[in-house]
Amino acid sequence: MANVFTRLGDWVNERAPNLVPTYRKHMTEYYAPKNFNLWYYFGSLALLVLVNQIVTGIFLTMNYKTSAAEAFNSVEYIMRDVEWGWLIRYMHSTGASLFFIVVFLHMFRGLLYGSYKKPRELVWLLGMLIFLSLMAEAFMGYVLPWGNMSFWGAKVIISLFGTVPVIGSGLQEWIMGDFLPADATLNRFFALHVIALPLVLLLLVVLHLAALHEVGSNNPDGVDTKHGPKGNRWDANKPADAIPFHPYYTVKDLVGVGFFLLIAAFIIFFAPTFGGWFLEHDNFIPANNLVTPTHIKPVWYFTPFYAILRMIPSFFGTAFWGVLAMFGAIAVLFVLPWIDAGQVRSIRYRGAGYKWALGLFAVSFISLGAVGAGVVAEVIPEWFGDVDVTVWENAFGRVMTLIYFGYFVFLWLYTHLGWEKTKPVPERVTTHD
Amino acid sequence: MANEVVDHGRRRFLTATTAVVGGVGVVAAVVPFLKSWEPSARAKAAGAPVTADIGKIESGQMVTFEWRSLPVFVVNRSPAQLEALPSQNSRVVDPKSDAISAEQQPKYAQNESRSIKPEWLVLVGLCTHLGCVPDFVPVMKPEPFDPNWKGGFYCPCHKSRYDMAGRVYQGVPAPKNLLVPDYHFIDDTHIQIGVAPGEKG
Repeated sequence: MANVFTRLGDWVNERAPNLVPTYRKHMTEYYAPKNFNLWYYFGSLALLVLVNQIVTGIFLTMNYKTSAAEAFNSVEYIMRDVEWGWLIRYMHSTGASLFFIVVFLHMFRGLLYGSYKKPRELVWLLGMLIFLSLMAEAFMGYVLPWGNMSFWGAKVIISLFGTVPVIGSGLQEWIMGDFLPADATLNRFFALHVIALPLVLLLLVVLHLAALHEVGSNNPDGVDTKHGPKGNRWDANKPADAIPFHPYYTVKDLVGVGFFLLIAAFIIFFAPTFGGWFLEHDNFIPANNLVTPTHIKPVWYFTPFYAILRMIPSFFGTAFWGVLAMFGAIAVLFVLPWIDAGQVRSIRYRGAGYKWALGLFAVSFISLGAVGAGVVAEVIPEWFGDVDVTVWENAFGRVMTLIYFGYFVFLWLYTHLGWEKTKPVPERVTTHD
Repeated sequence: MANEVVDHGRRRFLTATTAVVGGVGVVAAVVPFLKSWEPSARAKAAGAPVTADIGKIESGQMVTFEWRSLPVFVVNRSPAQLEALPSQNSRVVDPKSDAISAEQQPKYAQNESRSIKPEWLVLVGLCTHLGCVPDFVPVMKPEPFDPNWKGGFYCPCHKSRYDMAGRVYQGVPAPKNLLVPDYHFIDDTHIQIGVAPGEKG
């Protein structure tokens, strides 16, 4: 038998001689710095969740009905009558939230260790495009069950485009294909959610990895291992401070996968709605175009951006400014590699100002999430008694919005005006023998 | 080869014209796909006028009717609610509905009560911020969102507030007053939504 496989292998190699070397270059023999820590789990975990979303998604489409009249009931049918349908659906819905958790942590790792800096700007840009596509993908997926929160979430998000001057209202109708979110809207969102955006996402992920492997991975010390000393126990020409992906990082990532699946399984089996955070209570009510849910709010992963939208009042008779600020909060991340001119990558050797700024940035992001989810409005009366909730929520939210954008302003001044006092960066990763 | 010398000018011209003609073709081919997202003929036809029976709406009550799948609020305002309107002029963005909100009502409803008959308020119940349905909060009492509440509409989505004439308050995300649709009175107890007075339904 072995002979048959060897001959088959040879047959393929003769016709596609680059296949195996490419596989080795990008997978098994991709040399990664040997000092990866916990933060480096989230890239491979994001890939795992992507596979989960695609597989469970394919199986969900087999029973889902794409029409405003049938969508809600078909989801309930999957939950109640399809064998194991509840598991497949909960894997998909939990996977969506976990996707954003790992992606947020993956991005924060990039900030911690300066992974967006030269020469990895392209890796960062492609990653941001993935993030943007993922948000569109998640939003459209949330509309598909056609619950009341699906409907009103879609209405509010599409209305964002209605605030664009001049073309706004036409654009809004063009997106919906009707005067309100309707059957036409649901059908086109389904098409985008299951075909168009997954194709875009997969392509971007391949490009993200290809761009990464071209320049090599960053590491917690932020020093370059690819152009450092050469020669290790496997290869005299490979970096001394890097190890082949297989078996070292495949084994390491398997530990992360184990922990991750444990947490995911707990949520899927014991808390699939996660107290209304992963699946909102109002979405268990069918869509109703005449009744808005009492507390309309997006799923948790959109809440920081949603809060920025809410905190900006109208000026000159248009609500467009809030929309600009919300998209600006994402756009500014795209240009981060050019805002931050600091020469030192890792937070380990950066100035104290950077550490404080990044800490405050993280706090502002989480706080904005709490504002957007309505948590702040809930706790104000409990903590401070009889005060004007709107005034205090707005004050808090606006300060946090200022800090969010202030991070980028500060970082530009801090690095372009040479205010940063960095520590000496080691020549090699600190854990070399 | 017959022609040893490459004519670069000619080659550039041919490349450019090919690209331009190809580009025009691609743009033209995209048009049907973009247009396919417009509201279909069926969706447009669903926008017929609606007759609403308002005879059973008590003073101070609101009933929601559906027109073009949009919620339309019809409120029978009480004398107290009407009297409170002028006191809100200093707190709303556009008290006379002639500035930012000039297009938010037909001419025949561009007055102090934003209506044809003072007590009957007819509004499209969609917040001018991002299109949620505001709650009807008619009672004049201090509310958590406004200690000086004189009745009106409160949007649960982004906390925009409107008074009893659908005029938007200052300092909220919504920019404009609630929209008054075309409507007219058929008789004392019936209105037709979607058709202006004197217009053919």
